Amino acid sequence: MADSSHGAPGTSVTVAAPGGELDEFQNPGLPPHRPRLADRDPKAEKRAERQVALLFAISVVGTLLFFVGYFFIPLDQTIERLRLQNLMLGLGTAFAMLGIGVGIVHWAKTLMPDHEVTESRHEVRPEQDRQDAEKIVNDILEESGIKRRPLIRNTLLGAAILAPLPAIAIFRDLGPLPGNSLKQTMWDTGVRLTRDPSGTPIRASDVTVGSAFHVIPEGLNEVENKLEEKAKAVVLLMRLDPEELNPSPGRENWGYDGIVAYSKICTHVGCPVALYEQQTHHLLCPCHQSTFDLEQECKVIFGPAARPLPQLPIEIDDEGYLVASSDFQEPVGPSFWERG
Amino acid sequence: MSSSTATHTYTPKTRVGKVTDYVDSRVGGSGIVKEFGRKIFPDHWTFMFGEVALYTFVILLISGTFLTFFYDPSMAETHYEGSYLPLRGVEMSVAYASSLDISFDIRGGLFMRQIHHWAALLFVASVAVHMLRVFFTGAFRRPREFNWVVGCVLLILSLAAGFTGYSLPDDLLSGNGLRIIDGVMKAIPVVGTYLSFFLFGGEFPGTMIIGRLYVLHILLIPAVILLMIGIHLFMVVLHKHSQFPGPGRTNTNVVGYPVGPVYAAKAGGFFFIVFGVLAAIAAAFTINPIWNYGPYDPSPVSAGTQPDWYIGWVDGALRLMPGTLGDNFDFEFMIPFPWGVNALSLNVLIPALVPAIIVFTAMFLWPWIEAWVTKDKREHHLLNRPRNAPTRTAIGVAGITFYCVMWAAASSDLIATHFLVSLNDVLYWLRFLVIFGPILAFMVSRRISLALQRKDREIALHGRETGRIVRLPHGEFIEVHEQVDDYKRYKLTAFESPEVMVPTPDENGKVGLVDKVHGRVSRFFFEDRVAPVTPKELATSHGDHHSEIAGAKDRESIASH
Repeated sequence: MADSSHGAPGTSVTVAAPGGELDEFQNPGLPPHRPRLADRDPKAEKRAERQVALLFAISVVGTLLFFVGYFFIPLDQTIERLRLQNLMLGLGTAFAMLGIGVGIVHWAKTLMPDHEVTESRHEVRPEQDRQDAEKIVNDILEESGIKRRPLIRNTLLGAAILAPLPAIAIFRDLGPLPGNSLKQTMWDTGVRLTRDPSGTPIRASDVTVGSAFHVIPEGLNEVENKLEEKAKAVVLLMRLDPEELNPSPGRENWGYDGIVAYSKICTHVGCPVALYEQQTHHLLCPCHQSTFDLEQECKVIFGPAARPLPQLPIEIDDEGYLVASSDFQEPVGPSFWERG
Repeated sequence: MSSSTATHTYTPKTRVGKVTDYVDSRVGGSGIVKEFGRKIFPDHWTFMFGEVALYTFVILLISGTFLTFFYDPSMAETHYEGSYLPLRGVEMSVAYASSLDISFDIRGGLFMRQIHHWAALLFVASVAVHMLRVFFTGAFRRPREFNWVVGCVLLILSLAAGFTGYSLPDDLLSGNGLRIIDGVMKAIPVVGTYLSFFLFGGEFPGTMIIGRLYVLHILLIPAVILLMIGIHLFMVVLHKHSQFPGPGRTNTNVVGYPVGPVYAAKAGGFFFIVFGVLAAIAAAFTINPIWNYGPYDPSPVSAGTQPDWYIGWVDGALRLMPGTLGDNFDFEFMIPFPWGVNALSLNVLIPALVPAIIVFTAMFLWPWIEAWVTKDKREHHLLNRPRNAPTRTAIGVAGITFYCVMWAAASSDLIATHFLVSLNDVLYWLRFLVIFGPILAFMVSRRISLALQRKDREIALHGRETGRIVRLPHGEFIEVHEQVDDYKRYKLTAFESPEVMVPTPDENGKVGLVDKVHGRVSRFFFEDRVAPVTPKELATSHGDHHSEIAGAKDRESIASH
C-alpha cells in the first residue's frame, strides 16, 4: 500500500529503503514485436496495398479539381464567384496533398517493417579529439605568432573595434531628427474645422446637442504630407449641454456654447479614440479601451492612458464657421521622452 | 595518384546506374547514404511539432515567393481601379492596391494569400508548442542547451517575420498595429523618438515603412531563420534525437525506425499532410479580409480589432496596465533635468517590455537555471515524463497561464460583448488573474503531477484494477488487481527523483550565501517528491494480506491487490 502522504511536505518515506536487493528495476529490453494484421494475413496486406493506391488516386482527382477551378470558373467581379474559385483551388490542393501524404504514411505504417532498431550513441566530444584539436589550435597560434607579437595583436584589435563604426553611422540618414515636429500640428488661429474626410467646413449651428463630428483642419486634403499631418491633427467635435462641461480656469472660452473639440489621437499609444458614448459623454479608444470623460476635460477614467486628451481651443468666425483659436497647447498623441 | 584512380573500377550497367555513378563519384553521395540512410530516429507523436514548424516554413517560402511576384511595397498614392467594386476610385497606397489585386484579379492569389497567412499562424504556433514539448520533457538539458537557445532565437525571429508580414498590405487594421508600435517605441526613454523617426523615415506614418518592412520580411528575417534552422538541424544530427524512457531504451542508445524507408516515408508524407490541411483551411476559412478594412487612414478605426494571435499577449499586456491610479496619480512621470523636463511613460513601458523581458530571459536561461538547481552535469538523452519533474512542469504551466491571461486580455472587448459583461469588470478580473493565476496554476499543476506520480506508484506496486469483484469465504469483498508486465512496470519506474540538497558548511562551519540560496531553491524544487517503486518495495507489497485466506486459484491475482 502506498503511503498516502507521499509527496506531501516534509516526508520522504518513499526513498528506497536501505537493504533492498536492488535500487531500481532492470531494463527488460525491447518488448517482443507484435505483428500487424498485414504481416500475418496476405488478404489484409493486399487490402492495405489497394488503400494506398486509392489514396494516391484521390490526389490525382484533387489536382484535376484544381484545374477545373482555375480554368473553368472565370472571375466576374463578384465575391461569390471568387469564393467558389478559392474553394475549388483550396480543396483541390488539399486533396492532392493529403492523398499523397496520407497514402505514404499509410504505406509506411501498414506495409513497411515496423521493427524497432537500436543504435548506440557516440560521445559528443571524445577526449582524443579534444587533445588533437588543442594541439592543432596551439600550432596555429604558434605559427601565426599572434602571442609573440603583441604590437600586431593590439593594433589589429583596435582596428577591428573601430572598423564597424561606419557601418552603424551610415544608417544615420534612415530618418530626419524629430526636431519640433511632434509638438506642432496644422491647427492655427483661424483655421476652419472641416468634416473628415470631405473637408467641408462646419457651422456651429450644424452641431446639435448630442452629435459628434470627425474633424480635420481646412486644407488638409491638399497638403503634400497629408497622412502625417492627419495623424496629428484629427479632432473630435461634440456638443453637450454647456451646464455639463466643467472647464478649468483659463479654459472657459476654449469651447463655444457647449461645443468642444478634443484631439482624436489617444495619449496612450496613438490609436484614434473613435467611440463616443453619447449618453455618458465618455470617449473610448477601441484599441486598448482607455476611457476619457468629456465632463472632466477628457480626464482618464479607465484604461491604460495616463493623460487627458488635449483640447483644441475653438471659436466661431464672422460667417459662423467653427475655427481654431490656436494650435493645441500641448503635444498630441502618445508620450515621448522630449515631450516635457 | 594511381591508388585513387585504381578505385574507379566499378562500371554501372543500367542508365540510372550510370547517372547515379556520375553524380556519386563527384559529390561522394555513397558516404552520405552510408551515414544517414539507416540512421535511427525515435518515434513519438510529440516529436512532430518541430516537423510542423519546418514544413510550414517551407510552405511559407513557396506561397510567399508567389506573392512577391505581384505585390508592390510602394506607399505612393493611387486610385484603385481593380475588380472589387466597393473600393473603386478610393485613394490608397500602391501596396494596398496590389494586395487587393492579388486577392481579386490574380487567379489563385487569394488562395495563396490565405494559405500564406494561415501557414504563418501555424508556423509560430508550432514553434511555440515544439518549445513547450522540449521544456516539459527536459530535452533542453545537457548536451542540448545551445540548441534550446537557437530555438528561442527562432521563436523571436518567427514573431518578427509574422509582424513584418502582417503590416505589408497597408490596410486599416495593420496600419493601426503600426501606430501602436510607433506609440510604444516613442515611450522608450532618451532614444525612443529617434528610433521611431529612423524606422518610419520621419513622422508616422511616412512613406518608407512598408518598403523597409518588406525587405526585412522577405530577405533578412527568412535568411536568418534559414541559417538558424540549419544550425538547429545540424545539432539534432550531432546529438541524435532524445527519446522517452522505456523498455529497451537507455541513455546510451537510440531506439526507433531507420530513415530509409520508414522514417523518410512518415516524415515526408507528413509534409504533404501539413500542406493539405493548410490548403483545406485556406479554402474554407477567410483570414484577414483586407478589403473589408479599407486603406490605412490615421482617423478611422474599427472596434473589436485584434492582432494576429502571437502578438496578442503584448497587446493584452498594454490593455491590462492601468494608466492612472485613483484621482491624482498617473504612471507618466515628468522628470526635471538641468536641460528641461523629460517624460517617462511607465504606463506604456512596463506592459510593453516587462512581460517580454521576464518571459524571454527565463526562457533563454532556463537550461542553466535548472542545471544550477539540480547540480546535474550529466548528459541526458532520456526525456522526462512531465509528471516526473513536478516543479519544472508547474513552472511551465505557470508561465503558460501568465501568457494566456495576457493573450485573453487582447480580447477583453470581445469577451465583454460576447458574454454581455462589463468591459471594465473583464479587465479587473484579468488584472487579478495575471498576478494570481500563475501562482494558482503552479500549485494546482504541481499537485496534479505528484498525484499522477502516486498513481504510477500504485499501478507499479499493485497492478491495474480489473473491475472483478471477488467475495472471499468469510464474506469480505475485494477487487482483484492485475499486475502489470515487466515492460510496463519499467516504464512506470524508470525515472529519477532528485532529493533536496542540503548546503554543507565549509571548514569554518559556515554556509556561504550562495549555498544558502541554493539550499532554499533546492528545497522549493524537490521537497515534495515521489520516488519510483523499487524491486524491494514490490516484493514487500506482494507479501501483503489476503494470500492466506483466498483460495488457491485466486491467490496469485489477489496477492497483487
